[in-house]
Amino acid sequence: MARQIFAYILHKDGVADDTALELVEAARRLDASAPVTALVLGTGADLDKVCQEVAATYKEVWKVDNAALSYPNAEVVRKVLVNLIPKGAIALVPHEHFGMDLSPGLSIKLDAAYAPDVVDISALEGDKLTLVRQEYSGQVSTHVACDLSAGAVITIRAGAFAPDESRSAGGTVTDKSPDAGDAGVAGRKFLEIIEAEVGDVDITKSEVLVSVGRGIEDQDNLEMINDLAKAMGADVSCSRPIVDAKWLEKARQVGTSGQTVKPKVYLALGISGSFQHMGGIKGNPFIVAVNKNAKAPIFQAADVGVVADILEFVPELAEKIAEMK
Amino acid sequence: MEILVCVKRVPDTSENEIEINSSGSDIQRDDLVYSVNEWDNYAVEEAIQIRDNVGGSVTVVTVGDDDAEEVLRREMAMGADKGVLLKDDAFEGSDGRGVAAIIKGEVEKGNYDLILTGAQADDGAGQVGGMLAAMLDMPFASLVNRIDVVDDKKINVGREIAGGNQEMNEMSLPCVLSIQTGINEPRYVGIRGIRKVASVEIPVKGAADLGVDAAVIGAANARVKRLDYFVPPAGEGAEMLEGGVDEIIEKLIDMLKSKGGIK
Ligand SMILES: Cc1cc2nc3c(=O)[nH]c(=O)nc-3n(C[C@H](O)[C@H](O)[C@H](O)COP(=O)(O)OP(=O)(O)OC[C@H]3O[C@@H](n4cnc5c(N)ncnc54)[C@H](O)[C@@H]3O)c2cc1C
Ligand SMILES: Nc1ncnc2c1ncn2[C@@H]1O[C@H](COP(=O)(O)O)[C@@H](O)[C@H]1O
Repeated sequence: MARQIFAYILHKDGVADDTALELVEAARRLDASAPVTALVLGTGADLDKVCQEVAATYKEVWKVDNAALSYPNAEVVRKVLVNLIPKGAIALVPHEHFGMDLSPGLSIKLDAAYAPDVVDISALEGDKLTLVRQEYSGQVSTHVACDLSAGAVITIRAGAFAPDESRSAGGTVTDKSPDAGDAGVAGRKFLEIIEAEVGDVDITKSEVLVSVGRGIEDQDNLEMINDLAKAMGADVSCSRPIVDAKWLEKARQVGTSGQTVKPKVYLALGISGSFQHMGGIKGNPFIVAVNKNAKAPIFQAADVGVVADILEFVPELAEKIAEMK
Repeated sequence: MEILVCVKRVPDTSENEIEINSSGSDIQRDDLVYSVNEWDNYAVEEAIQIRDNVGGSVTVVTVGDDDAEEVLRREMAMGADKGVLLKDDAFEGSDGRGVAAIIKGEVEKGNYDLILTGAQADDGAGQVGGMLAAMLDMPFASLVNRIDVVDDKKINVGREIAGGNQEMNEMSLPCVLSIQTGINEPRYVGIRGIRKVASVEIPVKGAADLGVDAAVIGAANARVKRLDYFVPPAGEGAEMLEGGVDEIIEKLIDMLKSKGGIK
């Protein structure tokens, strides 16, 4: 029997997430002969809009309309998916906060294998799928064998599979609401979204960012970062550990769980370059990385790199720039 | 509240550069500094704070070898009341599902209201908590960055979602949560604190004690197996500036100026 692949479509306000296009590409790379079905869960007119949009890329679109799905509570979604996804199928889910909430438990309930945060697909032989993952925040990569014989839930890193936007599927939308079963769950109830606090600077509007990471080592050393930013006429942003340590406010965090920035120039100081951090940098800025580890992943993403200790390099750079002015 | 926190001993990435051994079968483990997984430390701190507010106890548990005991002691020095080491030759090579099934055995032997894991460990899988919850048929929430205890049956939790926003959920107990960094500020553990708990007995439990399903543990039953480690072929990568510091700074300033980086 042909292998079936399902793609979970994230959407908001009637618009499908960019990952909808990436999952269809991941499915094609996984097994080009497998039929691929988009799963679109939600409610109301927004849901129909998303289904129409997704049908342009997926031949089959399954829609589940249920008031309990007006907000994607992973416990509710999991229950519905267990009723919809047949045994032995492969489910692809984007690896972000919702995918992380949904997928591990989904794999248990489907009694399927679970392969998280996949960045590439190498080979498929029979039921053995060879995937690429990263460990230690991207410092090393691994090949992973995933046994598909009982099906699999695979989460896909955003941006890892470049979509082919030229394809046009002209797909059909099937209403699967009656097959979804009872969407009620006890135990977890969505209450509300609390919006992020606005900080004293809006780094999403900054043209030049001096961004600091865990390499700064100590709160007192932030002074030199401020000096450099001042000399350059830039704003200061940071990676997550700096916010976790409460050294800078959350509004200055760049990344998937922080702000999405679009500067012209981005100076990354003592930042390793995790995908969650890089995911917040858009618009193809000129990236300069300074890191003491020549193998830091940030040097793959940067335009220009300097291998140096920022505690020595930054004060000198700041001084030279200040002198020059 | 009876709280169980799952902790894992991992190479400390802020102390080491991770390198691959010559055959690509593993990372280079000689001279590695190990510590408790960063996320788990936040989970233990949160558990201690909840206990101090509403009473109860905190138990830390790990699946590992004899070396793993040191992370239990570290977390007990932080303030956890008890530690349990789950160790058995049969556990070796288990995948995430196997680890979750082993911990499930410990949960079922106890009477826990709240089970905490870290959001993810060294390999960034973020799977054990969600799997454990599904195996136990308990509610689950991931990436939790706030816990408000409502009463002994209910808590409200904040989940970190995109853009710094927070999703609030009401959870009924018992439940499983995976904890995100930044939820609190984990307390410092000094060498004296660790000495204090150095001789506390830590029970060790194996597959038979826990009643673990033998069909899901060990390397033979792993559905997901690491084949090798490798460094991906370098892409274009950055243009690396070389030379003396003054020379590098001069080049860099020129580049920054031409790109509009200096105003
Ligand atoms: C769900 C989720 C969401 C996340 N969201 C975000 C997010 O929005 N933003 C974010 O940034 N992270 C986010 N993270 C965390 C992310 O995975 C990384 O842990 C984080 O980005 C690492 O920050 P860093 O690069 O500053 O620290 P590290 O990874 O510790 O890197 C520090 C770097 O500094 C270098 N260094 C050390 N000392 C020096 C020195 N003296 N001079 C020069 N270089 C030095 C080291 O070589 C290293 O490369 C998220 C994680 C999860 C699980
Ligand atoms: N061997 C283990 N022993 C105890 N807890 C673990 C173990 N492996 C993972 N965990 C827990 O599960 C969380 C997520 O790990 P992972 O799913 O491996 O990314 C960790 O932060 C720990 O809380």
